Amino acid sequence: MPASVVERAASSPDILKIIGLTTEFRGRQTRIRANDDIHLSIRRGSTLGVVGESGSGKSVLCRSILRLLPPSANAYFKGAVEYEGRDLLGLDEAEMRRLRGTELRMIFQNPMTSLNPVWPIGDQITEGLRVFGGLSSRRAHDRGIEMLGRVGIPSPERRFDEYPFQWSGGMLQRAVIAMAMAGSPKLLFADEPTTALDVTIQDQILALLLELQERSGMTLVLVSHDLAVVAETCDRIAVMYAGRIVETAPTKSIFRSPRHPYTVGLLNSIPHLSKGASRLVPIPGQPPDLASLGPGCPFAPRCSYASADCSTSAIRLSEAGPDHLSACLHPERIEGVAA
Amino acid sequence: MAIAESTARLSLPGRIGRELSVWSLSLKVGTAIFLAIILAGLFAPLLTPYDPYYQDYNSILLPPSWAHPFGTDMNGRDILARVLFGTRIDMLVSFIITFVPMTYGVFIGAATGYLGGKLDTVLMRILDIAIAFPFLVLIIVIIAILGPGVHNIYIAVFLVGWTMYARLARAEMLVERGKDYILAAQVLGFGRGRIMFGHALPNIINSSIVFAMSDFVLNILLLSGLSFLGLGVAPPEPEWGAMIAESKDYMRQAWWVTTMPALAIVLTGTALSLIGDGLAQRLGQNRRSLM
Repeated sequence: MPASVVERAASSPDILKIIGLTTEFRGRQTRIRANDDIHLSIRRGSTLGVVGESGSGKSVLCRSILRLLPPSANAYFKGAVEYEGRDLLGLDEAEMRRLRGTELRMIFQNPMTSLNPVWPIGDQITEGLRVFGGLSSRRAHDRGIEMLGRVGIPSPERRFDEYPFQWSGGMLQRAVIAMAMAGSPKLLFADEPTTALDVTIQDQILALLLELQERSGMTLVLVSHDLAVVAETCDRIAVMYAGRIVETAPTKSIFRSPRHPYTVGLLNSIPHLSKGASRLVPIPGQPPDLASLGPGCPFAPRCSYASADCSTSAIRLSEAGPDHLSACLHPERIEGVAA
Repeated sequence: MAIAESTARLSLPGRIGRELSVWSLSLKVGTAIFLAIILAGLFAPLLTPYDPYYQDYNSILLPPSWAHPFGTDMNGRDILARVLFGTRIDMLVSFIITFVPMTYGVFIGAATGYLGGKLDTVLMRILDIAIAFPFLVLIIVIIAILGPGVHNIYIAVFLVGWTMYARLARAEMLVERGKDYILAAQVLGFGRGRIMFGHALPNIINSSIVFAMSDFVLNILLLSGLSFLGLGVAPPEPEWGAMIAESKDYMRQAWWVTTMPALAIVLTGTALSLIGDGLAQRLGQNRRSLM
């Protein structure tokens, strides 16, 4: 790994530093690197967007950090995930649990299934407060109603005792957010929090997340396959492809001058209302099979800028501009987004 | 606890009324018959003037009449009294041998299903072995070793009866543990015990409750069957199966001696089956039955 990246990661005021994280799923014959040598720092109080298509390793990254992969995945880790100076991968399960209960949170794509169908919603929101916050049930009840009000549930006193089947998807995602925010976490992973919701609700939920983040000063990691979503909300963007981070930079920089062909491809696939009914430019080909990756750039077979070196030499994230990292051998060849 | 608190807003009669309004006919009828049987057992001394043990040799094998609605048996005992008092034994023993194994069977199944790994593999092989033997044969073998009697029936059924519940609970847990709300609970840092039994268990218990109704019927038949074979309740005690067994030689002269206790078994079985069907509907479960 390039020394420069590691050194910077070690000296910045970051809440989370991921240093060379590799997550490998081992089957009987196959070894799948769902995350390969991830380097990423997340600044305190910032919003990081992680984008990439399905199967690019976004969710695995979140779950590796929180150590929430199911035992059946048979995951092996390499590298380090430093959270406030502690390596999360080295913590024992009890410490990890305490950390999840108090400081690290994650919310999922589908709010309909994220809540226990047989528990009243209010009790689910306040359970963490009762277990980890040591609140009495009456104080937790009051706090739960306050939380529901804060995430925009009308008449929370009456709604507190209702069950998930009585609520709509948008309301449930609000409840899930309230549940994640109860106990004031420092770092929240939102794994496609709006994908299962319709477009008008998406905006409301994103606005709510940002508002809560601003008020509490927590750090937000927003995972999405939708560039539009992260463009509106994030300070920085990390683009993932085939289990690797291929480009990371401030949002503006990514959109103005992408320095990785895959990012260019993604940007070209966004329809623009202002440009009229022009054809979108798709990325040719299919994402690679993670079980049989070659030594070179995983994007090379689909890349119009690729040279012969691309598929043979190992490619690392390196400086491609101010505060802008790209894992491309020929960033200078990239012309930018098609007009 | 938490759930009870939150629904407490509706007054108690209001809640019962609302619950009853969604009950199906079979659940209502089954519950009514079952409650009647329980009450008959509880208030047996008030419902009959006869002592179930008293042998009146002046009234042997009398057919049903106003004095003896179910007739009398070959020892001159009132059959109605014996059937009523028999309710106590049959219900109590069947209740215990159904719900005690259910409790720990569900817990064991839920835990191994959630935890997985070697523990799960080992337990499932033990279950395979236990289930490979016909249930009744296994029970009879154990009782043959321990000797007849209610206590040994308890021991035998406790050893074997939990296996189906463990199976059911494990299978349901395997589905449940992959659901998002379980992951969400893990994200919130809750311990395994809390997630397994606080979060997942209420979602997987339904099928076991429905199955328990079938199991209850089977256990009444089991107890009667064992008593009939002389492995269960000893003769002077009024137990339905034992009553049938000891009076079977008189069946052709006096039909009522075997028919009356048999009707009690049939009625109880019917009531429980109706409850099982109704509960399956109420809880949104497909009927799981061995019968």
